[in-house]
Amino acid sequence: MRDVAVLGVGMTKFGELWDRSFREIGIEAGLQALVDAKLSSSDLGALFLGNMASGSLIDQEHIGPLILDYAGLGARHLPAVRVEGGGASGSLALHQGYLAVASGLYDFVVVGGAEKLTDVPDATGNQITSSTADHEWEVVFGGTLPALWALIARRHMHEYGTTREQLARVAVHAHEMGAKNPNAHYRNKVSLEQVLGAGPVAEPLGVFDCAPLSDGAAAVVLGPMETARKYTDQPIRIAASHVACDAMAVQHRRDVTTLDSTVVAARRAFDQARRAPKDIDVAEINDAYTISALVALEDLGFSEKGRGGPDFEAGRFALGGEMPVNTSGGLKAQGRPFGAVGVAQVVELVRQLRGTAKDRQVPNATLALAHDVGGTGATSVVTLLEAAT
Amino acid sequence: MSIARFWRETPRRYNLGGSKCTMCGTVYFPPRAVCPTCAHHRESIGKMVPFQLSGDGEVFSYTTVHEAAEGFEMQVPYVLALVRTVEGPILTGQIVDLAPEEVRIGLKVRATFRKLREEGRAGVIHYGYKFAPAEELPGPRPGGPRAAVGARTAPESDRASA
Repeated sequence: MRDVAVLGVGMTKFGELWDRSFREIGIEAGLQALVDAKLSSSDLGALFLGNMASGSLIDQEHIGPLILDYAGLGARHLPAVRVEGGGASGSLALHQGYLAVASGLYDFVVVGGAEKLTDVPDATGNQITSSTADHEWEVVFGGTLPALWALIARRHMHEYGTTREQLARVAVHAHEMGAKNPNAHYRNKVSLEQVLGAGPVAEPLGVFDCAPLSDGAAAVVLGPMETARKYTDQPIRIAASHVACDAMAVQHRRDVTTLDSTVVAARRAFDQARRAPKDIDVAEINDAYTISALVALEDLGFSEKGRGGPDFEAGRFALGGEMPVNTSGGLKAQGRPFGAVGVAQVVELVRQLRGTAKDRQVPNATLALAHDVGGTGATSVVTLLEAAT
Repeated sequence: MSIARFWRETPRRYNLGGSKCTMCGTVYFPPRAVCPTCAHHRESIGKMVPFQLSGDGEVFSYTTVHEAAEGFEMQVPYVLALVRTVEGPILTGQIVDLAPEEVRIGLKVRATFRKLREEGRAGVIHYGYKFAPAEELPGPRPGGPRAAVGARTAPESDRASA
């Protein structure tokens, strides 16, 4: 296995992109990444595309060749593969692209993530995203993604004393960062009082505790580290990429308040890179629901179990804090186009490691972590990225 | 959901039929073909036997849902819970027959046979388990006594309503 580098990145604005089609946003992100990498499309060996539910959302399956075709590469007959893992589809695609380059089979690949969630009404969108939980034993009994995460939240509050205010802080932080990100779905700040006073979705979670349904696409170009400097002045090495899975339903987990998939994916990633949580300078973590972020901080090893809430409240993870998280605005404010999320996390972290994140820049960031979750935690993907010295 | 997709799960959804690993004794719901926790994982293939849950348990976690799942729009706000059964498995289901603000972690509950949802006015009606309080609570209770599901008593009818 050889070292793999991120050579270029691109992404569309996230949000309600009613005037733009799935293929348009997919192509925009991919072409941006190619141009950023100073690479020609004739160099490419394969395309991996993360996407959760194009069939239900836009009545279009088989989207690998669709995007390849409209990227102008149809006649080159490259392999184009769609990768699905619920909300973790994008980072699962990244993992496949990483393996493909690391193995030596391909030199350069594009990894994209795209989702078009606002072409359907909200209720339909929520129904489709809920199918990333266990439909037969959770959804049929009245479960939705926010309701299932609310069950995790209530138990976390019961066992560790996590407070409603601590949950709300996650949303306040996300919107603060989103206000600094021109690509974000939401660029408005929100106050603690606004989060606490918003209408309930599934108690204790309210409207502001839940990430939106967004449209958007993101892409990265990967290539071998050994020749990376021919294509970029600032190659970013993928120091680790790991996937771990767990029981599909919350009810079957070893511990309802822990995502073992995250614990294991993180352990594998830190082992591969021979690094530890304390070495991370900046992270993009899953904050699909405010509770998701607090649990993630614990499961990734940044907080002791049960201390995610107090640590977040103390400002440890704010910009200027010990280890800033979700400088992009996270899923909450940057937006949640499911299949694009994991790739967009890497786009943000590459900008941080290059030092081009402008007024959301974490000073001297050299090691970064991305954490992506599918469903309520049946799949977790952890990626470590390192600025090449 | 197609009729067959719901119908084939009725032994589980109506009667709480689970399974038990004869190697390690762990009980599962819904039933499994192989034991996920058994030290003899491979040897448990073909050694799982049917096991009937009693329907008794307690609330492990809960949420009051205001934005409903599909087919549950007419029931909001409804309480969804994780119920830890006395046999071990945790089930996801609604808590009924008491006000949402009366639900708490640790509340003793018992499975009860109810209508889950219907697919529109002319569609299939889905039945299955929900959970009602199994302990004395202060204040009047909505509705009367209901048929329990599980080993305690077999459902008398499949025409119960929510």
